Amino acid sequence: MIRTLAVATTLGALTATTALAQGIDVKLGVLNDRSGVYADLSGEGSVVAARMAVEDFDAEGKGMNVEIISADHQNKPDIGSNIARQWYDQDGVNAILDVPTSSVALAVAGITAEKNGVLINSGAGSTDLTRGQCQPTTIHWTYDTAALANGTGAEMTNAGGKKWFFLTADYAFGHSLEENTASVVEANGGEVVGTVNVPFPAQDFSSFLLQAQGSGADVIGLANAGGDTVNAIKQASEFGITQAGQKLAALLFFVTDVHALGAETAQGLSLTEAFYWDQNDQTREWSARFMDAHGAQPTMVQAGVYSGTMAYLAAVEALGSAEDGAAVAAKMKEADIEDPLFGTVKVRGDGRATHNMYLFQVKSPDESTGEWDLYKEVATISGEDAFLPMLDECDFTK
Amino acid sequence: MMFELLGIPPQVLLGQLLLGLINGSFYAVLSLGLAVIFGLLNIINFAHGALYMMGAFVAWMLLNYLGIGYWWALILAPLITGAFGILLERTMLSRLYKLDHLYGLLLTFGLALIIQGLFRNYYGISGLPYQIPDALSGGNNLGFMYLPNYRAWVVIASATVCFGAWFMIEKTRLGAYLRAATENPTLVGAFGINVPLLVMLTYGFGVALAGFAGVLAAPIYSVNPNMGADLIIVVFAVVVIGGMGSILGAILTGYMLGLVEGLTRVFYPEGSAVVIFVIMAIVLLIKPEGLFGRAA
Repeated sequence: MIRTLAVATTLGALTATTALAQGIDVKLGVLNDRSGVYADLSGEGSVVAARMAVEDFDAEGKGMNVEIISADHQNKPDIGSNIARQWYDQDGVNAILDVPTSSVALAVAGITAEKNGVLINSGAGSTDLTRGQCQPTTIHWTYDTAALANGTGAEMTNAGGKKWFFLTADYAFGHSLEENTASVVEANGGEVVGTVNVPFPAQDFSSFLLQAQGSGADVIGLANAGGDTVNAIKQASEFGITQAGQKLAALLFFVTDVHALGAETAQGLSLTEAFYWDQNDQTREWSARFMDAHGAQPTMVQAGVYSGTMAYLAAVEALGSAEDGAAVAAKMKEADIEDPLFGTVKVRGDGRATHNMYLFQVKSPDESTGEWDLYKEVATISGEDAFLPMLDECDFTK
Repeated sequence: MMFELLGIPPQVLLGQLLLGLINGSFYAVLSLGLAVIFGLLNIINFAHGALYMMGAFVAWMLLNYLGIGYWWALILAPLITGAFGILLERTMLSRLYKLDHLYGLLLTFGLALIIQGLFRNYYGISGLPYQIPDALSGGNNLGFMYLPNYRAWVVIASATVCFGAWFMIEKTRLGAYLRAATENPTLVGAFGINVPLLVMLTYGFGVALAGFAGVLAAPIYSVNPNMGADLIIVVFAVVVIGGMGSILGAILTGYMLGLVEGLTRVFYPEGSAVVIFVIMAIVLLIKPEGLFGRAA
């Protein structure tokens, strides 16, 4: 990676001095997890998605010179911060994309504001990105914990799951997801009967599941992600918890996770996503191309990197420059965006991109016609209902 | 009652102890393999976690590519990973026996990263599904908890394997040769025993134990390339607490720390990931040779 960065630095220095007046130079950095628990849902697939966006936007034909670089933040805020600083200071990066893992995303959001770049976040879930730690240069594209809570949390509470017990991954994201869901549950007349903070990452959930079972809750809320959720669901089925009538709510679950679990174990599970490959002709067409390039169906995070990049490039083209990050972000907030994958997207003053969210249910093996035929759509939640209202102090368009 | 004073009814505690024992079973089989390898080869085998992961993946491959089910995998996967271990021993590790421990540690650590990287490259990080075999699905209600049949099987299988390994090394003639070969390889060689062969088979056996644990884990944990990386550090702590190279120490400490971890999950779940390392630090301060180790 160091060598790639060195080469990129040299290239950046060269292009900086020879830039033509009419050509717009844009350098995008995809910063995500390339080897850890989130590597399948973001990772190389997000880089593939960003590249597809540059091609589909026809950047070259429009006189834009777009370069994409990538790095692994290993889910560690210190590593992510160092890469972000180096990208902005030495490599001339204009915008950073993806950044799953909320703790890293929040650190990178601060640096991005300081350096006047743009952070188009697709992978992280914390609502703090557009609330407690909102920045004029942050765009939060795909989802957040509040949207997930409003989907899965409200739906399951209204369907009779009044008593909730949370298994919470013991870090920023887990707590944020639990908090958001708990408030939705309570707003819909439910109650939280218990919570256990599970060290992250964990392999064995049986002790925690047993505590949840003993609590007499109707619903066990899994406020975790990736391999943790897969293990928890696998073991809940093994311990007869789902068979005994307690329901599991996977509060953040991606199509790659369902694929890993298999329809046999995952069937019937409710989950909320912003995108699924098999929704309409446009998503199918794009996903087929993605599948060719990457060998797996896209997750909503990867789709969000694609759409966020498209919107970013459009704003840069309109402004004629990528230099002033705050101006580009402001441009992205000006009008509604018609996106092939997310439909109508409105980027609010606080940087929160609002669009429909969907409640899906995992198909049973009998209903599924193929390896990736995993979801059926249960409900659509409009952007206004899904996301939290904007805080006044975070409205940067004022 | 005291238990209820702490807010935990006794039947819950009993359930948690049983779960601790089940997790301890994995620690025991894995730390046994490490202890065998360290005790007889003086190699700190950092590739153990990766080989455990390989065991699980081989079971998955046998099922998905060849249609071979769990029971055969339980025998075949350890043999295949063991053979792979022998290959590593012959081509690489055998060159390091005369050098400091550190070289073996660095080599095996590098190997672990390479093996994990290769699997990650081909199979991704999300993991692969592996179902519990039909004969072991379902479970029994013990009154204080629901015990899945598969978990009961894990305890029985691991206890049997651990006892068998201990018996073989400590009580049989073959085991006596092995122990003698580590004390004085030249002398044992002079008696006409093929010492390099013995050492090679020992490493293969240690690795096969890791593969066996991997197959046991496949139906209940996510089969993914990082499954061993998360576990290996804990298992090393178990071996250090038990005393490096002590066979019985590794087994007993494995079960014991599983129980301690289980209890921590009830009383202070946030601390369950570190409790083993706290114990390790204390043991190292008070009895540096480990609970069952002989003072050097």
